[in-house]
Amino acid sequence: MSSPNVHHEPLIRIAKRDGLAVWKNWLIRLVFVLIALLLSGLFIYAVTKLNPLKVYAAMFEGALGTKRRVWITIRDTMMLLCIGVGLAPAFKMKFWNVGAEGQILVGGVATAGLMIYLGKSAAMSTPVMLLVMALASIVAGAVWGVIPAVFKARWGTNETLFTLMMNYVAIQITSYCVALWENPFGSNTVGQINPQTKAGWFPRVFGLDFGLNVIIVMALTIGMFLYLKYSKHGYEIAVLGESERTARYAGIKPSRVFIRTMAISGAICGLAGFIAVAGASHTISTSTAGGRGFTAIIVAWLAKFNTFVMLLISFLLVFLQKGAIEIASQFKLNDFASNVITGIILFCIIASEFFINYRVIFHKRKEAGSK
Amino acid sequence: MKKFLALLLALVMVFGLVACGSKAETPAEPEQTTEAPAETTQTPAEPAPEEPATEPEPAEEPGTDIKIGVILVHDENSGYDMAHIEGVTQACQELGIPMENVTFKYNIPEDETCYDTAADLADAGCGIIFSDSYGHQTHMGQAAAEFPDTIFVACTGDLAAGSGLSNLKNIFPYTYESRYVSGVVAGMKLKELMDDGSVTDPYVGYVGAYPYAEVVSGYTAFLLGIQSIVPEAHMDVQYTNSWYDPVAEGEAANALMGRGCVIIGQHADSTGAPSAVQAAFESGKVVYSVGYNIDMLAVAPDAALTSAQNVWAVLYKATLEKFLAGEEIPTDFACGAADDAVKISDLGSSCAEGTQEAVDAAWAGLKDGSLHVFDTSKFTCQPAADGSYVVDEDGRVTSAFGLDSNGDWVNDTGEAIVDGYFEESVLRSAPYFALRIDGITELN
Repeated sequence: MSSPNVHHEPLIRIAKRDGLAVWKNWLIRLVFVLIALLLSGLFIYAVTKLNPLKVYAAMFEGALGTKRRVWITIRDTMMLLCIGVGLAPAFKMKFWNVGAEGQILVGGVATAGLMIYLGKSAAMSTPVMLLVMALASIVAGAVWGVIPAVFKARWGTNETLFTLMMNYVAIQITSYCVALWENPFGSNTVGQINPQTKAGWFPRVFGLDFGLNVIIVMALTIGMFLYLKYSKHGYEIAVLGESERTARYAGIKPSRVFIRTMAISGAICGLAGFIAVAGASHTISTSTAGGRGFTAIIVAWLAKFNTFVMLLISFLLVFLQKGAIEIASQFKLNDFASNVITGIILFCIIASEFFINYRVIFHKRKEAGSK
Repeated sequence: MKKFLALLLALVMVFGLVACGSKAETPAEPEQTTEAPAETTQTPAEPAPEEPATEPEPAEEPGTDIKIGVILVHDENSGYDMAHIEGVTQACQELGIPMENVTFKYNIPEDETCYDTAADLADAGCGIIFSDSYGHQTHMGQAAAEFPDTIFVACTGDLAAGSGLSNLKNIFPYTYESRYVSGVVAGMKLKELMDDGSVTDPYVGYVGAYPYAEVVSGYTAFLLGIQSIVPEAHMDVQYTNSWYDPVAEGEAANALMGRGCVIIGQHADSTGAPSAVQAAFESGKVVYSVGYNIDMLAVAPDAALTSAQNVWAVLYKATLEKFLAGEEIPTDFACGAADDAVKISDLGSSCAEGTQEAVDAAWAGLKDGSLHVFDTSKFTCQPAADGSYVVDEDGRVTSAFGLDSNGDWVNDTGEAIVDGYFEESVLRSAPYFALRIDGITELN
């Protein structure tokens, strides 16, 4: 109906933009974090009539208010980061490893078991014991990661469902072990393992409470960054992630890369279980992973598999979580309120990625008139 | 252009709404009331600025200068945790401790978060810290070792005595007493049903969480309460292996009703079993429910008879009183009917005639000590295979373990049978009656 010269341009057009300066990227992100804070502030005020600045101050205090809180925030950040680092290679090759929970749990179970049995004899010094526990957790996690990879490589099974179901198997194994190791008898909880001797607990390193957690995870973070960016394996993962056919064409064997990468991914998640048990909780339960295996997927994706950006995002998420506990306690805002705030902030971060990749062009009258 | 205008209009309306919404409610709420307590809790180190915000409390009143921490496994939406919140609140009110001095920490899981939180509360200057869930206790112990000047009370815990820590404590009410009395209520109903001929077999079912002493002690007391009215009553127990699993509890109740049980008791924290019983009742089955923790009349208005309940305020108050007075707090503290630390909820409309009188008599007996729940003349056991107790030729228990904390079948402390009854919750606050008496069958 319309004649070609009355071309109707839409009100808003979206165009891909490329090659935005790095500082501009970060400026956009910063602006969106500010918008998120503003929106959350509006929400807080509208719903609770509390001064949003006071709530933010309380959140800050909850996460970083005392030396202990700072260290706890660091410890939990490292934990989340470790899992994110483990998931990065898998997700980069578009292998949907939603089985981190299970991989963490089997790593944790292996660690807790060795802690209990080696701690009883007290024949081993703590460093040797830690090494044995770490190796066991790596093997356990790797096995848990490789099983779905082998099935995908051989028979083309769906890895999302497979890894997810492996979680339930791991949870049942954990339940069984908790019943086996329960202490005191009849309690159905393991309680703290070796509370007196502290055998198998992470020692303080350089006088820092969670120094060892930081060292292990930062080493993994740097290692994974280099592995993904500069190694041949990393390149293969990237190509396979973009297109399996291209990878085949380039002479990459997808099945081999699947299995190898999932072994690494599972191993790091297993090691995260080791850190969770030996370096933080000193106990094992079905909630040892505590949903962090899923949260870490957000960490990995938001950071686009850049492990250093993951550090920032892990910190942000842990900060919000610690803040949530504090505002619940101070203002009786229960976790639903803090979940809303977390949601707003995550939503804005995702929105900022959109505005980094695309620009929005408003329909201009002049432009249309000249046509 | 039209679209743009529409968009603009929509935006203006949204902002207008937000502005109106917030403006309309602000004048009603004076700013200071919401912010003043926030400020005081935010600066816990300085108690001085708290005074103007709180009621004019005399400064020398004991309790105004102490700080209390409470660690809860869930929040106010859980009946169990709500009972603890109410308990602490009531105890503080009675002792004149302003609530600003109490810090609640909600949704603290039974892992290192509990230790972190306990240590954090101790950092903030809390002199006494409570945790409400069983699994918190070892993490409380870790904090107790680190802060020897702070008192840590793990409610429902059982490790304090053996921990070697002088500042780790356990408290637990005599829940078995309220279970016995709730059993009396069920027994009265059962007797009524048998008298009018609608039931011939006094068959009772029980949905238990785990096969542990706390549960065994509870269901045994429940059956003994029923047997005090209907001596030939017998019971089946179905475990769910979870403290909170509405679906499994409902299924267990259905399985028990399928076997012919006419009374369903429970030791699990959800409303699954009473709901299932109510559904069966509505479909014409003769079956009634006895709950735990909360009044079940809301979910089972016809089928619920009563619920066994704990009154945590009594235990909190007793503990805090000693703490305020600077007295030594006992490592294990338990009390019951005599101190009103246990009760049953209001009787449902289906309860038999004369129930209230029977209940009052039972409470009176428990209070004056003439009635003992685990009277050895009232039950029999098969000879023990593991040597944890001794029976005479009639099956009456003459001697039994007090505590066997590590499962090695060695008596860790004293004799439990005193003056012809099993003395529950005296050697330690958490229950340890784990005898399997005749008349009870564990189905799984």
